[in-house]
Amino acid sequence: MNYRKLSIFMGKKALKLVFLLIVVCIASFWIVEQSPIDPVRAYIGEMSIQPEQKAKLEEYWGVNTPAHEKFLNWAENLLKGDLGTSLIYRMPVTDVVKERFAASLVLMASSWLLSGVLGFVLGIIAGMKNGTLIDKAIKVYCYILLAAPTFWLALIFLLIFAVNLGWFPVGLSVPIGVASEDVTFFDRIHHLILPTVTLSLLGVASIAMFTREKLIEVMESDYVLFAKARGEKGSTLVKRHGIRNVALPAITLQFLGFSELFGGAVLVEQVFSYPGIGQAAVAAGLRSDVPLLLAIVIVSAVFVYSGNLIADMIYEFVDPRIKQQEMRT
Amino acid sequence: MTDTSQKSDEEKERSEALLKVKDISLSFIQYASGLRQTELKVISNLSMEAYSGEILAVVGSSGSGKSLLAHAILGILPSNAKLSGTMEYNGHDLSQKKKEELRGKEIVLIPQSTTYLDPLMRISSQVIGNVEEKNKDSRKKLQREIFQKYDLKPEVEKMFPHELSGGMIRRVLVSTAVMNSSKIVIADEPTPGLDEKNLNETLSYFKDMASKGYAVILITHDIEAALKISDKIAIFYAGTILEIANTDDFSGEGEKLRHQYTKALWNALPQNKFRAIKGHQPMQDEVLDGCFFYERCTTRGEVCSKCVPELKLFNGGMVRCNNVS
Ligand SMILES: Nc1ncnc2c1ncn2[C@@H]1O[C@H](COP(=O)(O)OP(=O)(O)OP(=O)(O)O)[C@@H](O)[C@H]1O
Ligand code: SF4
Ligand SMILES: [Mg+2]
Repeated sequence: MNYRKLSIFMGKKALKLVFLLIVVCIASFWIVEQSPIDPVRAYIGEMSIQPEQKAKLEEYWGVNTPAHEKFLNWAENLLKGDLGTSLIYRMPVTDVVKERFAASLVLMASSWLLSGVLGFVLGIIAGMKNGTLIDKAIKVYCYILLAAPTFWLALIFLLIFAVNLGWFPVGLSVPIGVASEDVTFFDRIHHLILPTVTLSLLGVASIAMFTREKLIEVMESDYVLFAKARGEKGSTLVKRHGIRNVALPAITLQFLGFSELFGGAVLVEQVFSYPGIGQAAVAAGLRSDVPLLLAIVIVSAVFVYSGNLIADMIYEFVDPRIKQQEMRT
Repeated sequence: MTDTSQKSDEEKERSEALLKVKDISLSFIQYASGLRQTELKVISNLSMEAYSGEILAVVGSSGSGKSLLAHAILGILPSNAKLSGTMEYNGHDLSQKKKEELRGKEIVLIPQSTTYLDPLMRISSQVIGNVEEKNKDSRKKLQREIFQKYDLKPEVEKMFPHELSGGMIRRVLVSTAVMNSSKIVIADEPTPGLDEKNLNETLSYFKDMASKGYAVILITHDIEAALKISDKIAIFYAGTILEIANTDDFSGEGEKLRHQYTKALWNALPQNKFRAIKGHQPMQDEVLDGCFFYERCTTRGEVCSKCVPELKLFNGGMVRCNNVS
């Protein structure tokens, strides 16, 4: 591969990311500052407290420090590698984010894989059977999934499978009241299934529809026509040429879906009380935990950005057809 | 030279045509605005025959339906195409089912362009094609031999289509045709974009195939290239064949040629009078009742606009014109 081209490419992408992060941090900071929520009130709830205690808390939450000063302090510490302390969890932000993000990553990775594989398979079947009843059934299924809001689906699933049927736990990532060293691998899987399935549903629909379209297009191409002329037929055509030509664009699309995946995770974690980064983001936002919120914003931006980056890299460096087009022009 | 031509004459007497295309027409059903259907006629009442050991060139201008003729013989027409007429292969009816059985085995296509190769599949896998595991090694060996013969280096095997030059692509496409012991090779425009040397080389491959007993159908818009190697030339015009001439008929001022259009084509060549013929081919959506050449003909008669002239035998060739006798 062309290393010079690769390093220029990566350099450009890194610069873009830094710029993006600066903008995103300033914007999120500003939005939190505009929030009408009084963090101290949100923290103490309906309890009544002494004025001197209230003053202490206000100092702790930095209510009276001017906004730009708070931001500059935070930025300075960030450059030193210190993300500060979470106000609501009373732990270093780094630790909160690590733990939460790891939990979310398990959830997101498993639903990403599930939606990718399932969506691709459904798309290939629908494309192969283009126009038949199976194709129509898959299409209808996809349209319904695409139209249904994630949190609504999550609630329905929770009601049916956890509350009514009792097959899965209602929430959390581990059983309640069990010491963490006693939590088995099976427990974790058991808690993961429902959120994973819910989160993957949306991805299934978009990847299936895309794969279907793409396969139909490939099956109408000149090279499939020539393969037919050489005696290939039926599923051999799909195996030899269809999957080969659809896989790369489908994988690319799946990487581009990181933002929807993250957005979906926020909602799903909320509904299933799954202690992931999405849930922490909602808590941090609602209760003005600025250091935590900003850290989450950074992590999620990097996450989505890396999905896009991988998609771009597949496009630029892996798919030989791109080089072909470059040569033609 | 006289020897071989005499021999092939004798052979022709004896042998039947390997492929007979009888009076085929091809049209597309198109849905114009609303539910109104229109029919776009691309091939009309076309007949031709291909003989083993011979090269039949089908010469016609761009967009006249030549590729579709090839696709019709192979049975790979798009789903909105409507084909009528009959074909015979080796004395038996060539039905769609039969075409599906024979294609890639006894009847092979050399396609028109690089888009007919899978962009993501390595060259050797494409040339070898879809084979059973147990035959892989022998096919691989055969592919190596063929590549050597066509001067394709071993590196080419592992490459993707986009890494090959135009000339190499041509040779790869030709290779696919000789991987099987086929009987009919249909080469769709195998020469455009090639320089003199590559052109002659590619043409020599077809000459070689014919001498090995293949029936070669060479589809091209390049009449000069066709004349270099073919035995017979079919002049394709507006979706039908106006004349089937022997290559020798193309000499002098074209006195031996039967159709005015063929004569005009011959005289338009640079080494001849270099005089182009006026007018253009009728459009596909034009409804024609009479001779397709009527508009441009200088000897047309009253009857010519009323009904399509039959393709009839004349002077050892075929012609579709009322005005020959
Ligand atoms: N699926 C289709 N539906 C409608 N019309 C079609 C379809 N496929 C081809 N045609 C028409 O048929 C005509 C003939 O196409 P074809 O490719 O056979 O021409 P050709 O003689 O091979 O031209 P070229 O020299 O460019 O290869 C084209 O002009 C096109 O408009
Ligand atoms: S049939 Fe009539 S119009 Fe057609 S080429 Fe012959 S003379 Fe001309
Ligand atoms: Mg063509």
